[in-house]
Amino acid sequence: MLGSIYALVALGYTMVYGILGLINFAHGEVVMVGALVAITAIGVLGPATGLPGPLLLLVALGVSVLACMLLGALLERVAYRPLREAPRLTALITAIGMSIVIQNLAMLAWGRQYLSFPALLPNEPMILLGATVTGTQLIIVALTALAMVVLMGLVNRTRLGRAMRATAQSPALASLMGVNVDRIVVVTFLVGSALAALAGVMVAGYYGQAHYHMGFMLGLKAFTAAVLGGIGNIPGAMVGGLALGVIESLGAGYIGALTGGFLGSHYQDVFAFAVLVLVLVFRPSGLLGERVADRA
Amino acid sequence: MLEVRGLALAYDGIAAVRELDLDVAAGERVAVIGANGAGKSTTLKGLAGLMHPRAGSIRLNGEDITRQPAHERVCRGLSLVPEGRGVFARLTVAENLDMGAYLRVDPGIEGDLDRCYSMFPRLHERRRQLAGTLSGGEQQMLAIARALMSRPSLLLLDEPSMGLAPQVTTRIFEAIADISAGGVAILLVEQNARAALELSSRGYVLEGGRVALAGDARDLLASSAVRRAYLGE
Ligand SMILES: Nc1ncnc2c1ncn2[C@@H]1O[C@H](COP(=O)(O)OP(=O)(O)OP(=O)(O)O)[C@@H](O)[C@H]1O
Ligand SMILES: [Mg+2]
Repeated sequence: MLGSIYALVALGYTMVYGILGLINFAHGEVVMVGALVAITAIGVLGPATGLPGPLLLLVALGVSVLACMLLGALLERVAYRPLREAPRLTALITAIGMSIVIQNLAMLAWGRQYLSFPALLPNEPMILLGATVTGTQLIIVALTALAMVVLMGLVNRTRLGRAMRATAQSPALASLMGVNVDRIVVVTFLVGSALAALAGVMVAGYYGQAHYHMGFMLGLKAFTAAVLGGIGNIPGAMVGGLALGVIESLGAGYIGALTGGFLGSHYQDVFAFAVLVLVLVFRPSGLLGERVADRA
Repeated sequence: MLEVRGLALAYDGIAAVRELDLDVAAGERVAVIGANGAGKSTTLKGLAGLMHPRAGSIRLNGEDITRQPAHERVCRGLSLVPEGRGVFARLTVAENLDMGAYLRVDPGIEGDLDRCYSMFPRLHERRRQLAGTLSGGEQQMLAIARALMSRPSLLLLDEPSMGLAPQVTTRIFEAIADISAGGVAILLVEQNARAALELSSRGYVLEGGRVALAGDARDLLASSAVRRAYLGE
């Protein structure tokens, strides 16, 4: 479940890295803004329109996607584009700085407390193929699958997607084909941010709450998922996200047994970062990647 | 069609090309030769818009394109086949050719694709393969075919024979002659000075980022300075 959310967020990291060679550390904050905007939209639109739950959720998702796309485009334009030619470290530090700025603005706008995400979907558990699932869980999986199919179609089957892949391989060469590289970069941020909004709404719906600090850990884990799959590699981000979700839930389930009851399941975050360290040490190119070196 | 005046290009403040004057008439074939580091590739990058000039002007068909970014020069009829056969290694052959036609929406694309494939049948056989799996000669063919897919009126070629076996080089030069016969102006940069000058009607010799000699290709081939320095005689 969480795996599909990691996968959606990991896609944003990996797509931006693929094109700019930049780890956009502010991406996790875009997820957070997506969640909080959705909560506000539900709070405002729910009483005002009286829409039924699922429809209201859909509208809130739409608002959140638009807000995140705007934020992503703004980040690109204001923070990253002026640094396109600057050393990598400068851009990386800027990304971390933007992350802190967005977090603090969100804190000012939404406050420090946890905001609850209303249950808008039927949530009685049902039995499906022998497993107990809730409506929310089903929708998360279905929406993630849909988003991925649409994304793969965009990237692999359209003219725009071809230009994105070409730009990822060589911006200069792509510009010689007539590709406006700036525009492709903006599109990449827009797509990544839309997926981040979707992930934000899902994760808030899943836990029933959201707050200004949630993007940090989620962002780090999704980044881990992207590295696990092979940063820069789109199918890799999907596989890495799902794999990390499985590793985490297995880990959380067995950690007590593994440590003789010394560590409880709230130590599950350990697994994500153990994975990150192991991947970086033993296979820095990730599961599906073999091309980190040729980007550097 | 192309008029370059006083062009200066630099890398991080270090001059690579200075006071360059260069002309190419419509349909003409012009060679640029020179030693390693003479500034040949830099010149082509400046013409294609990959570098911003420090001084000088570039006019294409009467329009000043000096400040235009690379992607806007493509639709004005200028196309560069970069040094080292820049193909998109992780796109298929067919996708590379589609990228060449990126800006086009006209119905002539299919016909142009057929023409590219009949010029280089090898590309047709391998159209579904990733470009990175092609041999060096095939990649060069692909880079040229892809440039043609934008329907250029001026084709810039940077050392198309580099690293290729002699018979492959011959094939590439034949293709360039065919393209030129179709009315496309050619600006050909080459280390292989003899082949380039034999193909061209005029030539420029670059030395240290400046034009050292310019003139009729036949006169350059006959000049003792060129023979000694570039033809190994
Ligand atoms: N990316 C770069 N950064 C810094 N200096 C460069 C760069 N590319 C080329 N130069 C310098 O600019 C000058 C001209 O180089 P250029 O590549 O244009 O030569 P060339 O005539 O194409 O040579 P070759 O026959 O080796 O391809 C050289 O002194 C070279 O060292
Ligand atoms: Mg060169």
